[in-house]
Amino acid sequence: MKLQVSHSPHVRDKATTQSIMLDVIIALLPATIAGWYYFGIRAVLVTMVSVASCVIFEYLSRRVMKRNNTISDLSAVVTGLLLAMNLPVSIPIYMVVIGAAFAIVVVKQMFGGIGNNFVNPAIAARIFLVIAFPKAMTSWVVRVGEWYSLKSVDAVSSATPLTQIKAPDAPSLWKLFIGDKAGCIGEVCILALLIGAVYLMVRHVIRPWIPMAYIGTFFLLVFFFGHSNVFNFSGDLLTSQGWADLFHESLYMLLSGGLILGAFFMATDYVTSPLTTKGKLLFGMGCGILTFLIRYYGNMAEGVSFSIILMNILTPHIDDWTMGKPFGEVKENAKV
Amino acid sequence: MPLPLRSLHAFAGGVHPLGNKNTDVLPSIHLHGFKEVELLMQQHIGPPCTCVVKPGDHVDVGTLVGRADKPMSVPIHSSISGTVKEVHYVVSANGAPVEAVRIESDFNHTINPFCKPPKVESFEDFVQMIRDSGLVGLGGAAFPTYIKINPPKNKMPDTLIVNAAECEPYITADYRQICEHPDDIIDGILEVMKWLEIPKTIIGVEDNKPLVTRIFSHEIKKRIYKTGKHPDIEVRTLKTIYPQGAEKMLIYTLTGRKVPPGKLPIDVHTLVMNVSTLRFIGLYLKEGIPLTRKRMTLDGSALNTPGNFIVPIGARIQDIIEAAGGTREEPKKIIMGGAMMGVALDRIDHGIIKANNAILVFGSEETTLPPESPCIRCARCVNSCPMDLIPCGIDKATRLRDTEMLEKYHVMDCIECGCCTYACPSKRFLTQSIKNGKVMVRAERARIKKEQELLAASQQKGGSSPS
Ligand code: SF4
Ligand code: SF4
Repeated sequence: MKLQVSHSPHVRDKATTQSIMLDVIIALLPATIAGWYYFGIRAVLVTMVSVASCVIFEYLSRRVMKRNNTISDLSAVVTGLLLAMNLPVSIPIYMVVIGAAFAIVVVKQMFGGIGNNFVNPAIAARIFLVIAFPKAMTSWVVRVGEWYSLKSVDAVSSATPLTQIKAPDAPSLWKLFIGDKAGCIGEVCILALLIGAVYLMVRHVIRPWIPMAYIGTFFLLVFFFGHSNVFNFSGDLLTSQGWADLFHESLYMLLSGGLILGAFFMATDYVTSPLTTKGKLLFGMGCGILTFLIRYYGNMAEGVSFSIILMNILTPHIDDWTMGKPFGEVKENAKV
Repeated sequence: MPLPLRSLHAFAGGVHPLGNKNTDVLPSIHLHGFKEVELLMQQHIGPPCTCVVKPGDHVDVGTLVGRADKPMSVPIHSSISGTVKEVHYVVSANGAPVEAVRIESDFNHTINPFCKPPKVESFEDFVQMIRDSGLVGLGGAAFPTYIKINPPKNKMPDTLIVNAAECEPYITADYRQICEHPDDIIDGILEVMKWLEIPKTIIGVEDNKPLVTRIFSHEIKKRIYKTGKHPDIEVRTLKTIYPQGAEKMLIYTLTGRKVPPGKLPIDVHTLVMNVSTLRFIGLYLKEGIPLTRKRMTLDGSALNTPGNFIVPIGARIQDIIEAAGGTREEPKKIIMGGAMMGVALDRIDHGIIKANNAILVFGSEETTLPPESPCIRCARCVNSCPMDLIPCGIDKATRLRDTEMLEKYHVMDCIECGCCTYACPSKRFLTQSIKNGKVMVRAERARIKKEQELLAASQQKGGSSPS
């Protein structure tokens, strides 16, 4: 009789890396599909190219580095999906491939593969593309001509809502919420993003701390220190219309750009965010503050990406600062 | 009947493995007819016993076989009647060589005539009696009970906590103990309360065992009826979560006291005893037969008839499995103890020891060993650790052999409960790695201590310190 000998425990939870990644993919689908709906078939193409090239680069780099194959853990699919969601629909296809290569080969595999990258690959790739191809990455289209058009249409460069808030034709909050606006493929439909986020939380894939802290901090900062804030508000604060006006900018800022996508799906990336609850709260607050500063004082649209990546870099330190005491280490004041 | 109080506190962390309490409705069965037993001379935490029999000697049930000479050691008695065949060294289940006595049964089950109910007149008598009975903590720790109930005078407990949580999957031995002998348990509790002058007892029961709560409440009511006064025993339900039955967690959930790292429950004036330990005290006072039998759960998909069985200590695992109904498929993994903390065996001719409370015989459906993959920092291990440690960090430090980092992560506070490994989606052997980390830290501490001693010695001699 041959008996298997292994260290305890002898039972394991069902969750695997693969099942978690699958949950993330499922959670990203509503927003992706909404993006396809708003941006037409070219958005589908961008998504497919991004996912496929991420998987292929993952496979190839593992092959070249003579490491075991890891595409079955689905993390490359997640990266590909996230990258696509962070791209404008009009981006030339070869840039998508370059972005995927940067994300997988440079950011992920050169640092040792899953679990070892210190910044989020999708965000790093997006920032890389913005720097390398600023024009292509910032030309926004509201909707690509005919929905079946595969050509990279001469994008009617349209401002994103971020830069539009003061313009008379700024979209309404409702339009921002359901996604009828300019922006990246996956960031426009807030409703779909929230559905995905709820799914992730119900499935215990993510905890709410980072998005809560991120969104909360950002909202409060805009509310108190935005362009039309509590202190310089000219309307009548005592009426409900007054409050609604005041909230308008904060909500507008929240719903435009990639903040919701970033807060729920990219800031919560396991590998590059802190381990403890305290650390996660700190991380989220940091993201919120940085996003606010970049959007209001840096005057650029990359607030979310930059703030998340900066906090990614700080993560090991946050982990260090927030390492709690073991159970019982604190002086207990129970009656003894 | 008023509902029993719920526990006041909850520890952070813990996991919810499938209970698999398949055997909880099956009454325990006495297993007799073992041809031989092998009694290890060390069945407790502490130094081994001295063997006092030699081949050819006749022994009865309850005859002293191993004498406890050293402190922290408790005697070992024969569990069957028969003839001593061999005194030799064997390798115990955890891999250490230990002296063992092989006794062949005469199938008469004669009981040693010297076994009679002990007379207890003082606290000292009580402690001595507990020691003579060979009792150790039956929940699995095997800590000598006589030490536990004899704390330093400035640390007398004010609360007795009865551990009826039984949070390990599969195991129902305590559950059956409670269903079958609640009176003995209450007797045991009352004796301990009486001699240690403990004013209050709390029985902690997980809320997935409502029957246990009812049995205890009923038993307590019976006592009130009989004696006219309330015995100050309270039953409290606990959230069903693993490791609710771990001493530190149990004390915290029931009293709000936290046992500091490196300290014992008695340091917060609490005495924790397992129901089976208390039942034995109650029984021993009535019958006077030392600890020679053990109730254990046999479960797992490879068994024909899982259930609870009362077996003589020292019976070999293979014989027990056979006597309990045998296997229906070739076992793939055999575990001594529970699924979360038990030891997987490579041989099954070991004799069981006092603290064993389960044998799990896994067939192919339960035996999977998923491969390890890289840590994705999902923090599931952190969230599940009842000791609030950072298991993935400790794992990393162990792999880097970085003892400084291990100390920073408080590796020594780990209670090896297995929650982190259970929860890890990357299937990393965290508990194992952490255990290795502890070994490294111990070695490093010893090295530093030795260095300091050498340094002190050389300074005393007036020499310069070694570079
Ligand atoms: S549970 Fe496993 S994968 Fe998750 S952080 Fe801990 S060690 Fe890493
Ligand atoms: S085995 Fe140790 S580190 Fe892992 S959960 Fe239990 S106490 Fe925490």
